[in-house]
Amino acid sequence: MSEALLTTPLHSVHRSLGAKMVDFGGWDMPVQYKGILDEHKAVRAAAGLFDVSHMGEIVIRGPQALDLVNWISSNDAAKLKDGQIQYSGLLYGHGGFVDDILVHRVSAEEFFICVNASNQDKDFAHIQSLNRFEASVENAGSRYAQLAIQGPHALAICQQLTPIELAPIRYYWFCDGDFAGVPARIARTGYTGEDGFEVYVDPSAAVHVWNKIMTLGALPCGLGARNTLRLEAKMTLYGHEIDASITPLEADLAWIVKFDKPDFVGKAALLKQRDAGLTRKLAGFEMRGRGIGRDGYEISIAGQKAGWVTSGGPAPTLNKNIGLCYLPIEKAVAGQAIEIIVRQQPVAAEVVPTPFYKRAK
Amino acid sequence: MYPDNYGYTKEHEWVLAEGDQGTIGITLHAQSELGDIVYVDLPKIGAKIQQNSTFGSVESVKAVSDIYAPVSGEIVAINELLSTAPEKLNADPHGEAWLVKVKLSDPAELKGLMSAADYQAYIGA
Repeated sequence: MSEALLTTPLHSVHRSLGAKMVDFGGWDMPVQYKGILDEHKAVRAAAGLFDVSHMGEIVIRGPQALDLVNWISSNDAAKLKDGQIQYSGLLYGHGGFVDDILVHRVSAEEFFICVNASNQDKDFAHIQSLNRFEASVENAGSRYAQLAIQGPHALAICQQLTPIELAPIRYYWFCDGDFAGVPARIARTGYTGEDGFEVYVDPSAAVHVWNKIMTLGALPCGLGARNTLRLEAKMTLYGHEIDASITPLEADLAWIVKFDKPDFVGKAALLKQRDAGLTRKLAGFEMRGRGIGRDGYEISIAGQKAGWVTSGGPAPTLNKNIGLCYLPIEKAVAGQAIEIIVRQQPVAAEVVPTPFYKRAK
Repeated sequence: MYPDNYGYTKEHEWVLAEGDQGTIGITLHAQSELGDIVYVDLPKIGAKIQQNSTFGSVESVKAVSDIYAPVSGEIVAINELLSTAPEKLNADPHGEAWLVKVKLSDPAELKGLMSAADYQAYIGA
């Protein structure tokens, strides 16, 4: 280990719960407590509790905060109302991803952006370099711990910890208020495909809030289950489905690109790509043969190299082996037969519609 | 926890030699590191395996891990239980969930394996 790993305020709690820890982008994080399958199933059937304090937060303030946010992001932040959240792309001029982000509108002059842990310094520098507005940019990651409570029981559990009525808060909306006796930002968001909340609190309160939630029956879950859950729901992971070499159009995220809003970084490149036509696209697959397609495995069609797996593995809810991959645009259609090269052996798979899992409303 | 009559490898396999036959499995420590096991890929009966070479793989929810042959020989049996119940490898890796049986081609190889005590020292148990 060349450098000390970063830790969240809950590090000692994870240790005492017997978590298996891994280096996740420079952070010492729990990959699992008792087991990924049990944790995955708890989130689908009841409630799971995740420490996602490694995630970064960037706060943009000022009279022209909206102008800056709309200049650096691909979705249209002008459509947001106070208390509303939007999934968006932070892009380079060439249209590739710096990161994928959640933009929270606190007020007309304050936007709170949740970014990926290992990207936060890069994102902050990127945004600062583009700031030609009357706006300030704060790298605020160290001011927040973040806990995610996910699953069909999440609402009932969280409601016991706050006087705020949570049921009226819609998906991708948030409010600020008391949670477990401390000031919090309570957002109805998540990375699991289930209903749930992501709660931002002061790092000094993280252990207290964690214990309160656990006492109410949410099962501690690690990054292993977080990954199988988000894969079933086809939510992208930076470094896998998206990175600097991939555009939102290719990543099947055209809905976060708003060409009809004022100019934004990456727009010209994306317009050019759209008009020229895409050559590749993200698609979902299911294994048909015996074997599991894993991240990075090569894909061939009729013996010719055709693409690669971005994320792949067992889908515990579906009892299938699934994955996401990049394929030539004309092959990225449901029903297309593909082969995944599993340790030098081609194994049959098929392109299928996504998401793999969608919760019942 | 680690039977004294097994030989162990640094890659976390074990072998139990009885006459000219060896039963091969992965260790308790290996299954614990892997987590929930969902798939086991093994060679066919009659296949020849070579000491320290991979001859199969074990897949958990989060990763795939190669299995290295602790001894050389010819596969004479594979554990069919694992094709329908791979999770048994988490429950009983030193017993019911053995992987394969081989006819040993070089019993002298057994001398180079770790004892139960050495293996436990190796994994820091």
